Amino acid sequence: MRSFSLLSRSAGAAFLTPAGLLIGAFVIAPFFWVIYVSFTNRTLLGRTAMNPDFVGFANYFSLFDAASFFTRGEFGFSLILTVQFVLLSALAGQAALGMLLAWMLQSVPKSLKRLTEAVVIAAWILPEVVVAFAWFAFLDYENGTLNMIMDALGLPPGDWLLSFPFWVIVVFNTWRGTAFSMMLFNSAFSSIPPSYFQAADVAGATSWQKFRDIGLPLIRGHVVTDLILITMWTFNVFTPFLLTSGGPSYRTEILPIYTYRVAFRDFEFGKGAAVGVIVMLINLVFALFYLWVTRRRAKGVAA
Amino acid sequence: MRIRSHAFWMALAAATALAAPAAAADLTITCRCVEGGANANLAKWIKESVIPSFAEKKKAEGEEVNVTLTEFAGSDEQLTQQLALDFSTGSGPDISGFDGFLIPSFVEGGLLKPLEELVGEPASSWEGWQHISEGSRALMSYKDQTYGIALGTDVRMIFVRADLLEDAGIDPETWQPTSWAELLDAARKLKEKNPDSFPLQLNAGVPMGEATTMQGYWMALLGTGEQVTDEQGRYIVASQGILDTLNLYKAIYVDEKLGDQRAQMLSDGRNRTFANFRDGKTALLVEGDWFYRSVTAPDSEFAVENRDEVMTWAKMPAKEPGKGLRGQDFVTISGGTGFVVNPNTDEPELAWELLAHLNSKEQLGKYQEYEPRISIRDDVPIPNAPFLSETSKELLPLTTARPNDANYNAVSAEIQRMTEAVVSGELSPEDAMARYRDALIRIVGEENTVSLLQ
Repeated sequence: MRSFSLLSRSAGAAFLTPAGLLIGAFVIAPFFWVIYVSFTNRTLLGRTAMNPDFVGFANYFSLFDAASFFTRGEFGFSLILTVQFVLLSALAGQAALGMLLAWMLQSVPKSLKRLTEAVVIAAWILPEVVVAFAWFAFLDYENGTLNMIMDALGLPPGDWLLSFPFWVIVVFNTWRGTAFSMMLFNSAFSSIPPSYFQAADVAGATSWQKFRDIGLPLIRGHVVTDLILITMWTFNVFTPFLLTSGGPSYRTEILPIYTYRVAFRDFEFGKGAAVGVIVMLINLVFALFYLWVTRRRAKGVAA
Repeated sequence: MRIRSHAFWMALAAATALAAPAAAADLTITCRCVEGGANANLAKWIKESVIPSFAEKKKAEGEEVNVTLTEFAGSDEQLTQQLALDFSTGSGPDISGFDGFLIPSFVEGGLLKPLEELVGEPASSWEGWQHISEGSRALMSYKDQTYGIALGTDVRMIFVRADLLEDAGIDPETWQPTSWAELLDAARKLKEKNPDSFPLQLNAGVPMGEATTMQGYWMALLGTGEQVTDEQGRYIVASQGILDTLNLYKAIYVDEKLGDQRAQMLSDGRNRTFANFRDGKTALLVEGDWFYRSVTAPDSEFAVENRDEVMTWAKMPAKEPGKGLRGQDFVTISGGTGFVVNPNTDEPELAWELLAHLNSKEQLGKYQEYEPRISIRDDVPIPNAPFLSETSKELLPLTTARPNDANYNAVSAEIQRMTEAVVSGELSPEDAMARYRDALIRIVGEENTVSLLQ
């Protein structure tokens, strides 16, 4: 069958050209430029700024140098920290809490449901800088709200940003991103015909049984999508920088912050580009997995 | 006819545009100076004196010039970051405040041009050079080329809260430690008197940037007789001096808690140390004379009440008498900040004129009214400020400078990391030094490093 088209081939190409040029100039070209720079020792300051040398895989080798791999402030430490950050704040935090909230919202009065949704979404749509500042004020050692509460309860004050910096960014990111998972699960639950639950009620099922045997299996596809998306976002999130600047002593230096420091504070473009390439590869794996899952689901639906 | 008149108007418009480019020239100037904030006097002086008088001067010459000051409110390191990125992309202010120690790395990176090349004759024949000593000109020079003009040089010392010393039973009039042990002893006495206080502040950590390297690390290291490089310019990556310095940090921040460990690690740490001094929590603070001229000056955020009575200073002692650099008993180090011309400026000559005007005898004289300081020009009278004349008389003969080397900036960042690893308790001095050694070999190459340990 002849394929139907609105435009001639050349007209289509003409319409595509401007977008193609823009993408070429701002996405494709930098992409290859970053790969190229990652094989040089280019810096912004000093001698290697003007005359960078081709160093082959030296930048990559130095990132994976076994002697310093796990040292704080090095690539390996950052990578492991990022994995912990994703597991705790995205998977255990955002997804689990979002699921709990979404499930509980199924059985509360409508007004309470609306109110909860509004509050959670408000936390989600606030500008990041404002949120970070609010958290900074909340956690401050001398005048922070949290320590005032601790004091009122007769508990010793905590030096949160210095003593527990990693847990601070985990809680922060959980708080920040739960809204998305909650909303996604909430609408997924709403798409389940109410008669399923009513039948379960008649049979005397508990909430947990209904969740385990009806709710969760029916929204499994949504859960997978949600997990992949929040994993990718959390893996690339930069906002914790606003709270801790990656410190103290690199203890909260997740990969995006590490990349930023190497490239734009130490001005080591070559090494920074190498980190960028590795992060790009990791993201590619996530993206391919995501595409694979969605394709499989699409096929499943069609079948 | 009609076509011809059209062409006539076009030509006239073009001619006007070419003949009178100075309809209104715009210049921008940036410095880390904010009215009511850091370096407030500098901002006020530029806004109230330099800019209006320059505009007036140009107006008299028949040129309209608009100068705007951008008051950069971030830290010194953030300004460096901003300028490096601006200069590399062809943007940025026409003239910018600049720390002289960054000149080599910027020049090697192709981010600054010599005044001679950028401006040419007007810069080389400037009348001011006759009144600026070779040494002062060198503050903003690299490899015999000048890139800007420094406002002045500085010296470093221990600032002392006399009232707190008195409370702890130490006579501030005569107190002058002659060794690190005596310095620590005084801090211990102060701590004993007031256990919640942090009597001694020696800068450490990454957030304070160059202030850690200059006011902290160098001031201690020089007291061991060493510098960051040896006589041949090789970077010292392992030595007893580095270990002694790191052990001093360890004693202050980890072992005896004589200093405010948190302030070394928080991003606003340096301001916290200023606040500690103001609030009487810190009695001994190692800083440059900027601390007196600007930070604690009356009406500023960290102004010390009754400053003339409660604040004095002492020289930084060597580890032991005679063990300092060149066998000295006391040590200090100097740098210089000033202004450079952006190599991408559209108006290099006009920008230079503004820079020259800013450094004219008349304007630098005016600056003394905002903030007394030893001027870089010998034809500007020394202000009547006993603190400045005493400190420069005592300390300038003892001083030294940082290596004028393109790698120094990157090395300095490693020094900051090394101190942070020690004061946070993460690494022992030996391990921190080993990591420093590895990092330096990566930066400058093994052939440019030397180990003084067997």
